[in-house]
Amino acid sequence: MSVLLAKAESGFTPPSAADFEFQPIFGHSIYFTKPVFMVFLSVIVISVFFITSARKAAIVPSRMQFAGESVYGFVRKTIGEEVIGPEFMRFMPFLFSIFTFVLVNNLFGIFPLLQFPTMSRIGFPISITICTYLVYHFVSVKHKGLLPYLKEICFMPGIPKPVYLILTPVEIATYFITRPLTLAMRLFANMFAGHLLLLIFTLGGEYLLHSGLIFKFMSIFSFGFAIGLTFFEFGIQCLQAYIFTLLSALYIAGALSDEH
Amino acid sequence: MNKSFSILAAAEGAHSPVVPQPAEIIVGLVAFTILFLLLRAKAVPKFEAAYKARTDAIQGGMERAEKAQLEAENALRSYTAQLAEARGESQKLREEARVEGAEIIEQMRATAQEEASRITAAARAAIEAERQQALNSLVSEVGSIATALASKIVGESLDDQVRQSRVVERFLSDLESNSEAKK
Repeated sequence: MSVLLAKAESGFTPPSAADFEFQPIFGHSIYFTKPVFMVFLSVIVISVFFITSARKAAIVPSRMQFAGESVYGFVRKTIGEEVIGPEFMRFMPFLFSIFTFVLVNNLFGIFPLLQFPTMSRIGFPISITICTYLVYHFVSVKHKGLLPYLKEICFMPGIPKPVYLILTPVEIATYFITRPLTLAMRLFANMFAGHLLLLIFTLGGEYLLHSGLIFKFMSIFSFGFAIGLTFFEFGIQCLQAYIFTLLSALYIAGALSDEH
Repeated sequence: MNKSFSILAAAEGAHSPVVPQPAEIIVGLVAFTILFLLLRAKAVPKFEAAYKARTDAIQGGMERAEKAQLEAENALRSYTAQLAEARGESQKLREEARVEGAEIIEQMRATAQEEASRITAAARAAIEAERQQALNSLVSEVGSIATALASKIVGESLDDQVRQSRVVERFLSDLESNSEAKK
């Protein structure tokens, strides 16, 4: 990229936030950048894979159906059933979509040729967070009614009155600000930092490769680190997809529960 | 940083990474909604259907197996009962046969005993009759012989019937007393 061209004449340029900016692939529309295409690519990949693997719905699954079912079964069992409980079936499409969407977009970060985690563009985590945010508030209002819900947030039952002075602002902030903010930021920051780390070691290795003899040798370590970190990143990418889905499920479960 | 090296980078660098681009939020929302609708319509129900079918199949199979096992157990129980019954029956029959056999033997033995005693008694009666007959003929014969002998010896005619018999009686009683005296 631009950085690579630039550093040839003026020493090593460390990767920065600018490496996460993309120009439109064609035209001048901000809708035609690489991350935008990758997001749509992920939608195509996920829907094609899961729809074809689920199509037959055979009792004895084919290899592909088994793979699809494994992912679905994982979300269903460890997130749906265990977190939300008896009413989880209503939320399975939502949770399953979140998990696969985040997972695939994260994995783009180490996928050859693409090599960019879409979720390191904060707009995308925010868009899913908006969905989760709307869903859990909507479910709460539907389940408890608007006023009881607000009352539960503002005046948590079973607490001595003076504590409300502190607790009420905290609770309001939790429900309306902290939860969505942390949800989006956690995913974004993990992907951003992970990608930055990989950039540092690969660009650093490349820079060393173009330097003196000893530095050429040193570049092996840099690339080795980059490879090791790639595996590490794989773990984090999966974990973040899981955490995002898990937290969404937890918020929904909270909305469904009668006790606070 | 790299602003001075690249015009492009400088243009991009204006954006902070934590400030979202509205365009991306919109794209994210649209993409996620499409994905959600597709998966909700086409993938999740199918997975659930497969899951349910599989659960039913496994449960059905297990139920069938349980039923078969129950049937087998019932059959075994009835066979065992039948076998025990048959065994008891044969035992009873054997016992009956044994008792019957013993009875038959006993009966035969009794019959034989009876027959034997009857034969013995008959034989004894026949002997007694013959002895009596012999005795009677002997008595009369001995009488006549003795009389003839005596008359010859004494020379006295003893044709008188009464006297003759008196003489014989006396002779016989003498004989008997003699024989008793000998004992």
